[in-house]
Amino acid sequence: MANIHELKYTYSLRMADNAWILSHRLSEWCSNGPFLEEDLALTNIALDLIGRAQAFYNYAAELEGKGRTADDLAYRRNERQYYNNLLVEMPNGNFADTIARQLYMSVYEYYFFMSLQNSKDETFAALAAKTLKEVKYHMAHAADWTVRLGDGTEESHEKMQQAINNLWMYTGELFEADETDTALIAQGLGVDNPSLHSLWETHIKNVLEEAKLSLPAANYMQTGGRKGVHTEHLGHMLGEMQYLQRAYPDAKW
Amino acid sequence: MATDTQLDLWEVFIQGRNGSHHMHAGSVHASDKKMALQNARDIYTRRGEGSSIWVVPANSIVASNPDDADMFFDPADDKVYRHPTFYVMPEGAKQI
Repeated sequence: MANIHELKYTYSLRMADNAWILSHRLSEWCSNGPFLEEDLALTNIALDLIGRAQAFYNYAAELEGKGRTADDLAYRRNERQYYNNLLVEMPNGNFADTIARQLYMSVYEYYFFMSLQNSKDETFAALAAKTLKEVKYHMAHAADWTVRLGDGTEESHEKMQQAINNLWMYTGELFEADETDTALIAQGLGVDNPSLHSLWETHIKNVLEEAKLSLPAANYMQTGGRKGVHTEHLGHMLGEMQYLQRAYPDAKW
Repeated sequence: MATDTQLDLWEVFIQGRNGSHHMHAGSVHASDKKMALQNARDIYTRRGEGSSIWVVPANSIVASNPDDADMFFDPADDKVYRHPTFYVMPEGAKQI
């Protein structure tokens, strides 16, 4: 059985990885947004996520106590050592795909950090409270766009529904609890993921209803991210993301 | 003729802190009120510039016509007595 420091290290790393990988995906929109204002909105969200990732990587590095820095954790691990949920590594696709990913993830994060605010770990609780303010905005941004596209033109409706359907299979993983989760839940330190599922689904259902979209039918759910087993997309992304640190270790401006 | 593919134009007003007035900050493109407010937030208040935002559809603003400038503004040029500078400032008042 891992000790409490190791458990919290893993937990912090997972939260950091989710924020970090999603922030990289969103930063890929930089200069490619549908119009200038939206380009800024997406990269602004990416910057919120970088800030969150940095805070959780710093805490993870501190808990690990082996002298690794937040940068080491962000840039010097291999694909199988990343523990983000599969949803956040999904490619940007078209704008509707990105919005569907944002909707699923930010609504999940909203309930997750609401709960983590009550963690008995003071750092987790404080970071959760700070993160929650940002997540509320991310959620409003995603929900408003879902409604605009879903209840927009015939083409935007179709693309939004397609995106909602395509990513559905990556949402089940968000509500799993493994040994790390269970041990931390028992001590009042972590979030009871499975208990968030019905809250999340009701919330998503309401947004989709307003957007005149339908909730995908229950189906096969892909899993593996928390164990380091990823889709083919993550490796390619890391290749680009880590290039500089790998080619020029410890490069300075 | 090239058609304008941009969304509607909105003018953005930012209040720096409680009590001060909203100042014109610039404009954004957006298709509805919510989007206008969010875009304004993302563009003009990212570095802590504001505590309140107004967005107004640009076509709702009634502007003075430059051709009317002589009629509108010139008559004010030579009426110094309209400035309250002929009063003695009461002791203790910082501004009138």
